[in-house]
Amino acid sequence: MASAFEYAPAPESRSVVDIAPSYGLFIDGEFTEAADGKVFKTVSPSSEEVLSEVAQAGAADVDRAVKAARKAFEKWSALPGSERAKYLFRIARIIQERSRELAVLETLDNGKPIKETRDADLPLVAAHFFYYAGWADKLDHAGYGPNPRPLGVAGQVIPWNFPLLMLAWKIAPALATGNTVVLKPAETTPLSALFFADICRQAGLPKGVVNILTGYGDAGEALVTHPDVNKVAFTGSTAVGKAIARSVAGTDKKVTLELGGKGANIVFDDAPIDQAVEGIVTGIFFNQGQVCCAGSRLLVQESVQDEVLDALKRRLSTLRLGDPLDKNTDIGAINSAEQLARITSLVETGEAEGAERWSAPCELPSSGYWFAPTLFTNVTQAHTVARDEIFGPVLSVLSFRTPDEAVAKANNSQYGLSAGIWTEKGSRILAVANKLRAGVVWANTFNKFDPTSPFGGYKESGFGREGGRHGLEAYLDV
Amino acid sequence: MSDQNRLGVFKTYKLYVGGKFPRSESGRVYEVTDSKGAWLANAPQSSRKDARDAVVAARKAFGGWSGATAYNRGQVLYRVAEMLEGRKEQFVREVAASEGLSKSKAAAVVDGAIDRWVWYAGWTDKIGQIAGGANPVAGPYLNLSTPEPTGVVAVLAPQKSSFLGLVSVIAPVIATGNTAVVIASADAPLPALSLGEVLATSDVPGGVVNILSGVTAELAAPLAAHQDVNAIDLTGADAELAKELEIASADNLKRVLRPQPVDTDAASASEDWSASPGTHRLTAFLETKTVWHPTGALGAAGSSY
Amino acid sequence: MPTTAPAFADATASDSALRRFLFGLPGVDAVGLEARAASLGTRSIKTTAKAYAIDLAISMIDLTTLEGADTPGKVRALAAKAVNPDPTDRTTPRTAAVCVYPDMVSTAAATLAGSGVKVASVATAFPAGRAALDVKLADVRDAVAAGADEIDMVIDRGAFLSGRFLKVYEEILAVKAECGPARLKVIFETGELSTYDNIRRASWIGMLAGADFIKTSTGKVATNATPANTLLMLEAVRDFRAATGVQIGVKPAGGIRTTKDAVKFLVLVNETAGEEWLDPHWFRFGASSLLNDLLMQRQKLSTGRYSGPDYVTVD
Repeated sequence: MASAFEYAPAPESRSVVDIAPSYGLFIDGEFTEAADGKVFKTVSPSSEEVLSEVAQAGAADVDRAVKAARKAFEKWSALPGSERAKYLFRIARIIQERSRELAVLETLDNGKPIKETRDADLPLVAAHFFYYAGWADKLDHAGYGPNPRPLGVAGQVIPWNFPLLMLAWKIAPALATGNTVVLKPAETTPLSALFFADICRQAGLPKGVVNILTGYGDAGEALVTHPDVNKVAFTGSTAVGKAIARSVAGTDKKVTLELGGKGANIVFDDAPIDQAVEGIVTGIFFNQGQVCCAGSRLLVQESVQDEVLDALKRRLSTLRLGDPLDKNTDIGAINSAEQLARITSLVETGEAEGAERWSAPCELPSSGYWFAPTLFTNVTQAHTVARDEIFGPVLSVLSFRTPDEAVAKANNSQYGLSAGIWTEKGSRILAVANKLRAGVVWANTFNKFDPTSPFGGYKESGFGREGGRHGLEAYLDV
Repeated sequence: MSDQNRLGVFKTYKLYVGGKFPRSESGRVYEVTDSKGAWLANAPQSSRKDARDAVVAARKAFGGWSGATAYNRGQVLYRVAEMLEGRKEQFVREVAASEGLSKSKAAAVVDGAIDRWVWYAGWTDKIGQIAGGANPVAGPYLNLSTPEPTGVVAVLAPQKSSFLGLVSVIAPVIATGNTAVVIASADAPLPALSLGEVLATSDVPGGVVNILSGVTAELAAPLAAHQDVNAIDLTGADAELAKELEIASADNLKRVLRPQPVDTDAASASEDWSASPGTHRLTAFLETKTVWHPTGALGAAGSSY
Repeated sequence: MPTTAPAFADATASDSALRRFLFGLPGVDAVGLEARAASLGTRSIKTTAKAYAIDLAISMIDLTTLEGADTPGKVRALAAKAVNPDPTDRTTPRTAAVCVYPDMVSTAAATLAGSGVKVASVATAFPAGRAALDVKLADVRDAVAAGADEIDMVIDRGAFLSGRFLKVYEEILAVKAECGPARLKVIFETGELSTYDNIRRASWIGMLAGADFIKTSTGKVATNATPANTLLMLEAVRDFRAATGVQIGVKPAGGIRTTKDAVKFLVLVNETAGEEWLDPHWFRFGASSLLNDLLMQRQKLSTGRYSGPDYVTVD
């Protein structure tokens, strides 16, 4: 329906970012071709336009990068912490300076709205480096005993949903603690990591301390199984996480895994309803729901279910889906054709199993990968859409009658990453938060992140924590 | 009446599962000898079904034990030390026989084990302050991280240090509110089985600690593969078994504590568990939960206070 | 006397019923509310959308002067500006109303006769409202008799804050009865109610009592209209219409001085209450200096040059 108040297009300028037609692997401070010369294309998911062609790392390149990181480790780990700190502060500052460029780049390569890269991803990236920079010369005070030592070479594999932010979560603590890094970004979002390589150059970071390998899952596998890697950090699917856990068995490699989730967002009848509706929207439609800690299961108390659902549908009808570079876009593109197919297939399963589908009335662009914000009602614990991670803008709505039932349903999952609680009753927040088996619980808010705040899951959502003082442990020999 | 005329009463060693003392479901026992090969007792040879029952008992006990106050758990652990102190003589005898130690050395080991319970008793209400706290996030939120027990932990007790080592791996697991399924040293299970009797009379709720004797690998395999076990301590596994179990543990992403250097010192007859343990074994089976609460200003108009 | 919307007839049956009703409304989480308002504040309104918003905002202004120093001359000047805001561009819409004290209503009415610009008058012992009910009603009566099309009353914040909600409600009923054909705007003085929960409760008291508009503030205290309290009141009128079918207007007043601010409020209206409220009949800005900024921005849009204060009229 055309509104009287039509927002004119307000596109962020693409000209602030200059994407080269091709990129190499970043190994030992140099951009270099893959040993076997392979390349792959990265496209903009909102238009399917080819953005660039990047080198595709293979096992030989992994080996080369690990050797470079090993070589750099000796000097880097021997630097006084105060010097490492200053490198990281430099990086934090350069990210702030270049944040507009990086936000546009990330939006182009990932498909998420510029509003999010500008207001969430980039500020958090800079803050993460700033936070861990300060730890580099204070590790003696971190609670891990005197003079805790780094592990060595960290092999890090990150997903496509928050490319640069996940890079920051991995690289900042690794460098602060004196490790060197080989990082593989996801094959659909390689560009911001390559731009980060350039930031390392501008910051004067010693060669080999950070190495970036663009490539596919085989390169990731070669990296985490490389015998000279001391630390494996992975964010991604639970299936790959389990494979990694198997592959490091019997080694001394320290591992942290940040995997899938099926977060329950619990709305009690005494909730601040308008804010809860916003929280539900943020919980599952932020980043098109491609968030491991998404609140993908709404558990709403039966006595307010109709009210909440009416308000939610009304609110979803105001979401603006379209050009991710438009500053007024709320919902951007799905990251890849593959992910879109997975979402579509799970939604079809949901319908086939008898859940009732409702999708926001919005027009989908003709090119690119898109999925309208969708919710399922009449969902029970037995439905696939209540159990499997969809990793898309799809909310499953379940109801409950009592707090005990809410907690039981929320915990009835192989995952345990996030949860939300909406109630005006303070003691209920504390009681319910106490019972939830989830690593991050948001009370009367959702999807908030901060570098000081540890993040990570229970159960099959992985192990280890990223962020805060806790995040240091994964990179220290303690 | 002199001692020579009196026939001693042997003890039937039994498992400790769910607060009860069952025989093995398998109906089998195996011979336990002292370090010189002399018969000491028959120990139950637990089956995978015993392991399964132990997990059920541990899961059932988890809610109550993890929900108990830290102060209460501390008192219960201290009570274990008190009970052991009173039965020291028995444990000295069993440890001496099992590990081939002199009476005085065995006594030192038992003393160390009792003191270890005291050490961990004192940690129950402190680890939360060490491992958790408030995080100063950049926004109008109170953000608190709290360590919570992982859940049901399978513990492969050290093979050599049948009592001090055993206590050193059980106490940290339950101090934080986990419940445990313990596989005793295969060759020296008697102190572990006797410990069950002490736990049963120490206010430790049934199911919090479950003790199995038998062939380590046979019991560990189903535990490592068990989907309702949340973590596994591989201390008592050799390198090959440890790898196998770690692979099996990946199926539900168990938290894995690999064998630590102190546990695998095959060259020495008795491992050195006497050093101060630190907090590592406590934190290995903790999850950090972080909760965000909005704060904001007192009123819509802001506040200068 | 006008009666409460039937859906909520029980709510105002007694003091305790009203209290129960108000305390049964969903609470407001301050951080979440402010975050939502701030997030809508990041909308980028450009080119044609901005032109639309500027003209709409001008047409929604209650051009206001509420000073002890007001004179007939000042009010006539203001009224002339309301009718013809930009003498250099006759396509500029006129404002919705001129808002004055009761004793200035006749002057304003005379100047505005036939212009389509309404005369709004504050009343009920504005801004404190600390007078006997009879005095307040007389104040209203005078203003209506002098030609006011709209009455901006203040609620008894003392009664509200001491929990005498029915008194607040009944006073609004009484004023409404006195208004006759004039539309009634009920001012809560949100800065004095202090909490968002109070603002939501006050909004419902006003709506139940038959207010035509609910209005944030007098402009006379430290905190006046904010995006958050206006968003909250827009949610209230949205919910009230959903429950009763009765549409009620919203008027933020005080502190809105720039085009950028005004556009943000219009975005709040558009995405909270909806486009039915994007009309001077249902949304107003209580403002004075805002108009000149809107006019300068309007000139910039039509000429491409930045304008200056000498190219708009002083009041």
